[in-house]
Amino acid sequence: MQEKKVPLRIDGKDYECDAGITILDACVKAGIHIPTLCYLEGLSQEAACSICLVEVKGAKTLLRSCVTPVGKGMEIFTNTPRVRNARRLNLELLLAGHPKDCLVCDRNESCELRKLAFDMGIRDIRFPKTQESELPSDNTSVSLSRDPNKCILCGRCVSVCSAVQSVKAIDFSGRGKASKVTTFFDQGLANSVCVNCGQCLLVCPTGAITERSSIARVWEALADPRKFVVVEVAPAVRAAMGEEFGMPAGTLVTAKIAQALRKLGFDKVFDTQFSADLTIMEEGHELIQRIKNNGKLPLITSCSPGWIKFAEHFYPEILGNISSCKSPQQMFGAVAKTYYARKYNIDPRNMVVVSVMPCTAKKFEALRPEMMSAFDYWKDELGLAEPEAFYDVDYVLTTREAARLIKEGGIDFLNLEGEDFDEPLGISTGAAVIFGSTGGVMEAALRTAYEVLTGRQLEKLDFMNLRGLDGIKTAEVDIDGLKLKVAVANSLGKARPLLEEVKRGSSPYVFIEIMTCPGGCIGGAGQPIPTDEETRTKRMEAIYREDKNKTLRKSHENPAVQALYKEFLGAPLSEKSHHLLHTSYKKKETVF
Amino acid sequence: MYAKVVLVKDTDLKREDRTREFYTRLLDCLRETNLHSQIQVVRVADIGIYDRGLVIKILPDKVTYANVQDTDIKRIVEALSEEKVVEELVFKPKAKQYRLVLRNCGKIDPENIDEYISNGGYLSLKKAVTELGQQKLIDEIKASGIRGRGGAGYPTWMKWNFAREVASDQKFVICNADEGDPGAYMDRSVLEGDPHSVIEGLAIAAFATGASKGYFYVRAEYPLAVERIEKAISQAYDYGLLGKDILGSSFSLDIEIRLGAGAFVCGEETALISSIEGKRGTPHPRPPYPSVKGLWGKPTVINNVETLANIPVIVSRGGKWFAQIGTQTSKGTKVFAVTGKVKNSGLVEIAMGASLRDIVIDICGGTLSGKPIKAVQTGGPSGGVIPERLLDTPVDYENLQKLGSIMGSGGMIVIDDEDCMVDIPKFYLGFCVEESCGKCAPCRIGGFQMLNYLKKISEGKGKPEDLGQLRRIAQAMQKASLCGLGQTASNPVLSTLKYFEEEYNEHILNKRCPAGKCSSLVTYSIISEKCKRCGLCFNNCPVKAISGDKEQGYSIAQDKCVKCGQCFEVCKFKAIDKK
Repeated sequence: MQEKKVPLRIDGKDYECDAGITILDACVKAGIHIPTLCYLEGLSQEAACSICLVEVKGAKTLLRSCVTPVGKGMEIFTNTPRVRNARRLNLELLLAGHPKDCLVCDRNESCELRKLAFDMGIRDIRFPKTQESELPSDNTSVSLSRDPNKCILCGRCVSVCSAVQSVKAIDFSGRGKASKVTTFFDQGLANSVCVNCGQCLLVCPTGAITERSSIARVWEALADPRKFVVVEVAPAVRAAMGEEFGMPAGTLVTAKIAQALRKLGFDKVFDTQFSADLTIMEEGHELIQRIKNNGKLPLITSCSPGWIKFAEHFYPEILGNISSCKSPQQMFGAVAKTYYARKYNIDPRNMVVVSVMPCTAKKFEALRPEMMSAFDYWKDELGLAEPEAFYDVDYVLTTREAARLIKEGGIDFLNLEGEDFDEPLGISTGAAVIFGSTGGVMEAALRTAYEVLTGRQLEKLDFMNLRGLDGIKTAEVDIDGLKLKVAVANSLGKARPLLEEVKRGSSPYVFIEIMTCPGGCIGGAGQPIPTDEETRTKRMEAIYREDKNKTLRKSHENPAVQALYKEFLGAPLSEKSHHLLHTSYKKKETVF
Repeated sequence: MYAKVVLVKDTDLKREDRTREFYTRLLDCLRETNLHSQIQVVRVADIGIYDRGLVIKILPDKVTYANVQDTDIKRIVEALSEEKVVEELVFKPKAKQYRLVLRNCGKIDPENIDEYISNGGYLSLKKAVTELGQQKLIDEIKASGIRGRGGAGYPTWMKWNFAREVASDQKFVICNADEGDPGAYMDRSVLEGDPHSVIEGLAIAAFATGASKGYFYVRAEYPLAVERIEKAISQAYDYGLLGKDILGSSFSLDIEIRLGAGAFVCGEETALISSIEGKRGTPHPRPPYPSVKGLWGKPTVINNVETLANIPVIVSRGGKWFAQIGTQTSKGTKVFAVTGKVKNSGLVEIAMGASLRDIVIDICGGTLSGKPIKAVQTGGPSGGVIPERLLDTPVDYENLQKLGSIMGSGGMIVIDDEDCMVDIPKFYLGFCVEESCGKCAPCRIGGFQMLNYLKKISEGKGKPEDLGQLRRIAQAMQKASLCGLGQTASNPVLSTLKYFEEEYNEHILNKRCPAGKCSSLVTYSIISEKCKRCGLCFNNCPVKAISGDKEQGYSIAQDKCVKCGQCFEVCKFKAIDKK
């Protein structure tokens, strides 16, 4: 029988701790700080960096505290000259192979390696440079860029890609000094099964993985007097942007963002939440239609572009289950360049749609060849030729990029009073806000579906069991005796079991929401760093707070959306809707 | 026809060869006594005994005399004529090989299971399964005191016992035959020469721990070994010694072969497990140890080939018997693959406790060139060098470790004064840097940095402070690397620094390589007094760095010379000076 508690001694003081936990955990509980680099709670235990070394009496070598379980009567020393020297030397060795261009590095402020070097008092690297020549960066992807020179081979990205996302686009190759993290046969991210979710970027301790920046393009558009530049801001951005300016996680900065973007010179500052409401109208009706007409069920949400690419690679058999609705970002672009352009007499060719997203996969989504609905709409009327084709959404900025734009624009973000979004594409309901969190799309859809199906007011708007950070959440909703089973998955790894059921035809659900990133969009790879469990939780709370504060909390109550149908689209799932707001999916060849 | 043959050889390593003179005297003496028509005297090039003065062997009597002096000739001839033996001259070997692991190698047909069985093969398995049972079996292994022969020397019974004590629906045994040290081929010889002994050992290990599945993890570079194990496994299946209900018991075992893809690190247990699982062969932190959580998360015992080959002997003759062989802490024998500047390279199996000198001088005959031995390197790339003055150290796990080397799997390389003590660690470290899996920073970067310092030093660009850097990184690698490869990769550097620091300093301070090995530090010049102006060097220089003619003589242009040593090699008059 194993004992539950073990006594041990750390730095001369006696403690008792749970059996089976690691030395690192025991030290954290004892309030002793041990520097770590490759370790990532609950995820990465590669034991690669050898920074978290401690001395244990009787052990031949120094031990990695992150992977060594505590033992009965262990005597641990965390701060001896031997420990400090070994940690320092290992860090110095790592730094000998790392570029020193911190001043111009994307991760300057959030680099864990830089912070560690500073904290550990390293002011000089005694070893010559490890790398003789620069390795080429992988810039094949439109979402992510990988610079192997900055990679310290901690393995976090590999772990997150395989263990959390079950995508396995990247892994180690080569041996010894030639070791690197790469894609299959060095073909580059774009030619791999990478879904552009960018969770690797979030966990990277250095600047080895970054988003492909569109900042320069956006400045260019803003400076061009011929261009009518509109911006849309995704729900999750408002709960996180403040962190880039030193505000605590979970601070809502909706109005500050609108004002800041307006100050930067955007002609109109709109809200992706408008099109989130629109998505609910379309998707909700699609669900109702499928239920009524014995269509393919379960219906699976389509807002998360990482998930879409994942399905095209790994689950081509069930593409028919995925809602044909475009994501809110893309619906916005299509509506802005058709409905809005027509209404306000703007040449769609001169209109530039910029989106601010918590996401790196959105950059890929915006450039999918099928995302040119507005061009198709205007083609005949304006006599446009193919070379003049334009995308519905021109540039995608991450939350971090947008913050940089604001900083570069010299705007005192913290002291802005705040302004509203522009009308009409800036009007939204609480149902749209919660798109930013896992379970939100489901909850928003249920609010609308219930009222559309029953014709009665929904009393209790909050579906509490669909909220929170659990990997899979399920619920049963009673709509006038019609019992609907629904499920919500966040992270692709968690989605797999649900998808396997769908593939086998044994899924008990009628509606499944899948979000690529843990926590949903608030945990997307475009968000401020760190994005961890703590910041995810805080941002999530903020999202539901914003929902509560809204007077309108159901998508079908959005007056601007109602006007859009009345003036332009007709009804949900109309022919025009299908042309502008819906899309299709194709199996993607998967080369491993 | 001669009635007897007398073989003669001067085995003295330090003096000129006196065989011819002695031969003449012996022959004269025989003539005097009229025995020369019945006794033939033959001078031999090698008599298999070393450093024992004049040695003579009398055939067919198989009498050997050592340290024979001229004054003994008369006595010997008298004894010969009277069919007697001169007792005080009889050769008493200091060290003898003790062939326990190699007991069948070369004696039986490895491809024939019947020959193995007729030599007592598979009786141990029968004894284990039908008589001993798990507990008694493990007790025997414990009593034998055998420790892992793969290098680390972990007590074999403990590994088995840990695995036995863990409750699990499935357990595995693995034979680690991923022998990768440069110059080591002990395991290969056992697998090629006596595969059944290893299979029997593995089957006994499986029975002891309750495993029902076994693997041979063999490097693909050993095609003959693979072929023979394959054949042996299939024969064992045919005889009911593998498969279901072995020997009528309820014990079942299936064995499969897995080929390694050539990574040295896959000899490390956790990396080996990853490799069998089809993953990238990188080590993982321990604990959990494989005995508790190994292959596919199940309890797994991994034993080296030589360890397993010992098991049948221990079971048949008993742990107590086995424990008589060897030293206090290291029991049994050890096979070494002796190579390098040695006269007789090859496999040597000795009882633990024999000295290094016994092995390299008495058994292997010292250096081929007759030059003094400078050091012996043991343990392959994870080991260290042991200087000549310490060669009397008895070989066991602890002693070698105390000297800064390790037992390792049994590679042993003899080094003479033409070997450079900067060059040797450079070679081994280069090997480890090449073979590092790249996972953990100390090994990946530390090894590379150390290698660069060694390169610098061997090129004459070293600085005195480099030695401190080398020691610093070496210690970090020892203390902070994840697996054995990184933890021991710096041993060759540390041990040469410990015993031969002056050679490093010669490179650094005087820009000189005393062994003449580091090409950047060597200069070749022509000694005009010795030069016969034959022109051979001129004709053989590949870069035309030698100019002159048969009239004027020749000289080497240092700025053009690439230090290939061709001129030195071809000169018949020793007129090329190498400094």
